[in-house]
Amino acid sequence: MSQGEHRNPVESFLRMDRMPHIWCPGCGIGIVVNCFVRALLKSKIDVDSVSVVSGIGCTGRIAGYFKVDSFHTTHGRPIPFATGLKTARPDMNIVVLSGEGDLIAIGGNHFIHAARRNVDIKVICVNNFTYAMTGGQVGPTAPLHSIATTAPYGSHERPFNLPFLAESSGATYVARWTTYHVRQLTKAMVDVLNKPGFCFVEAIAPCPTIYQRRNRMGDGLEMMRFYREHSRIANGADTRSLDIEMGGEIVVGKFIDRDRPTYLEAMDEELSKRLGNRYVPYPTGVKR
Amino acid sequence: MKADPMGVLVGAHFLDGDHACCEGALAAGCRMVFGYPITPSTEVVERIARRFPMVGGVFIQMEDEIASSIAIQGAAWGGKKVMTVTSGPGMSLMQEHIGFAAMTETPCVFVNVQRGGPSTGLPTLPGQADMMQARWGSHGDYEIIALSPNSPQECFDLTIVAFNMSERYRVPVMFMMDESVGHMTERVIIPESTEIDIEPRRLTRAQPSEDYELYAPEEDLVPQMPPVGAGYRFHVTGLTHDEKGYPVMNAWVQEKLVRRLVDKIRKNASEIAINQEFELEDAEVVIVAYGITSRVVQRTMFLAREKGLKVGVFRPVVVWPFPEDRIRELAGRAKAFVVPELNYGQVYYEVERLVAGRAPCRLVDHGGGALHDPADILKVVEEVLR
Repeated sequence: MSQGEHRNPVESFLRMDRMPHIWCPGCGIGIVVNCFVRALLKSKIDVDSVSVVSGIGCTGRIAGYFKVDSFHTTHGRPIPFATGLKTARPDMNIVVLSGEGDLIAIGGNHFIHAARRNVDIKVICVNNFTYAMTGGQVGPTAPLHSIATTAPYGSHERPFNLPFLAESSGATYVARWTTYHVRQLTKAMVDVLNKPGFCFVEAIAPCPTIYQRRNRMGDGLEMMRFYREHSRIANGADTRSLDIEMGGEIVVGKFIDRDRPTYLEAMDEELSKRLGNRYVPYPTGVKR
Repeated sequence: MKADPMGVLVGAHFLDGDHACCEGALAAGCRMVFGYPITPSTEVVERIARRFPMVGGVFIQMEDEIASSIAIQGAAWGGKKVMTVTSGPGMSLMQEHIGFAAMTETPCVFVNVQRGGPSTGLPTLPGQADMMQARWGSHGDYEIIALSPNSPQECFDLTIVAFNMSERYRVPVMFMMDESVGHMTERVIIPESTEIDIEPRRLTRAQPSEDYELYAPEEDLVPQMPPVGAGYRFHVTGLTHDEKGYPVMNAWVQEKLVRRLVDKIRKNASEIAINQEFELEDAEVVIVAYGITSRVVQRTMFLAREKGLKVGVFRPVVVWPFPEDRIRELAGRAKAFVVPELNYGQVYYEVERLVAGRAPCRLVDHGGGALHDPADILKVVEEVLR
């Protein structure tokens, strides 16, 4: 085959020397990877200014497949790692790509505090309702009554509604799409790459091997059908109304798009006011 | 290279150890700190929060110690010299990230102003019971460097050394203060920046390429670091990884990687070592002491010498890696070793292992909350000489 003849345009953004990847057939994480690469292409952003940070889990492996400076950190901690990286390099675009167990259960405290501070990072959360890497334990977003290895008779915990959590914690951009909505998901990623502040995109994704099988929800294709038939686009919807029930409607859309000073902007403004000439500004990229 | 004059508060000051540690970090070129308040270390970050805006630094008070200990590593890969500051309970929370720093070879400094433990223990009183935790606290095998200052002046001087060593060897360096040293106020001389040597980041000389190897070691087993965002497109992971930085799950790559992580400290131990020796030339009894206890035993030595007893003091300033060779040498000629520490036996067992039965070793333990009475240590010295 001659060079570049049948090359998929996403390949130059991926570590092809690490293929095949670890994800199962029908898994939604690959779709999220594809959407993100297409978002990079569309946004015409300098790829060397982008860094991907992941935690632990199936989605946590994403960092290892992106051909950018990438960091596969500890379980639950990609957000504080990204906070450090972004603070050191305000000129870079730092994207956290991880799963809901990583970001919202073990990492939940970091999630709400980074949103509260409005750290200028982009958080893309693949929500597949389960701990897939470890074999299917109950997750913090698992719908009520769903079956998991650690909830063998059905979950009786109230799940988190992620867009509501993100909005109330202070995120400047909040959207939810499923992996059926590839164009909208890609668009949301383009949006957040260009939007200052703590931006949050929830990508609802199938996990046929671990989650669907136990809950008799069919394979990857059937989940696509389910997403098509059971999703309702409601841009600007009240995030309080976005709970997900077993087999129920999934409300998707862009819910929040607002402006707040980022952490470094707020710091810069406060310190300039208080310290005057004594302030030696940290190069935050803030236009003064 | 020499220190950036902006961070060096030249002059003679009256500072406690916590404040002096902050000034040491500033002189060392640290401009990014993430921390969480905890007694008796809080004064370090309070001073940093006050001083940083005047030197172009950023301090962020994080939501907990777990966040602080990984945020510093994000900033380190972003090119900054970083540290976090805590005490026992916070140190326990940070352990996973000490292992991450060891595995990913991230230069960073962890300051632990030790208090009495376990658990919440004695928040406002001294202890030295985190010494083994500093060495072994995270899971898996790795080596770190730990320094143990005994005065505010050393809190300044050795904080600079801690940063330099973290850059030189790309390891987390534990700065093991204690409540007494942290809250003791003394004269601290801060020299001109031209008199302060700074170890710069070991930046890679390789150009970005498909074959770039993130973890190809140099002769001293330490790899060079790439700048982020410059096209190297490197991958950093806490998983076992090959020299390219890619995860590889097998015993051979594990052996190659972890042996190098251990060897880069063990094989450079003599270069890392800093010890102080007092009157060891004719000493029959060697008192081994570190940190605040190394000052207490000065009095013991004085009292013993007054009584005509031949007592000397060996003080490891760098406690980890432990000065094994020197203790073995001393074991060949001393009659006995006495090891006082504010715990129930940690460094003592290292001394006992190295003396290996050639001389009696005696632990003078103390649960913390106060310092040893020099006379109590003297009693043990007299007993071993009997």
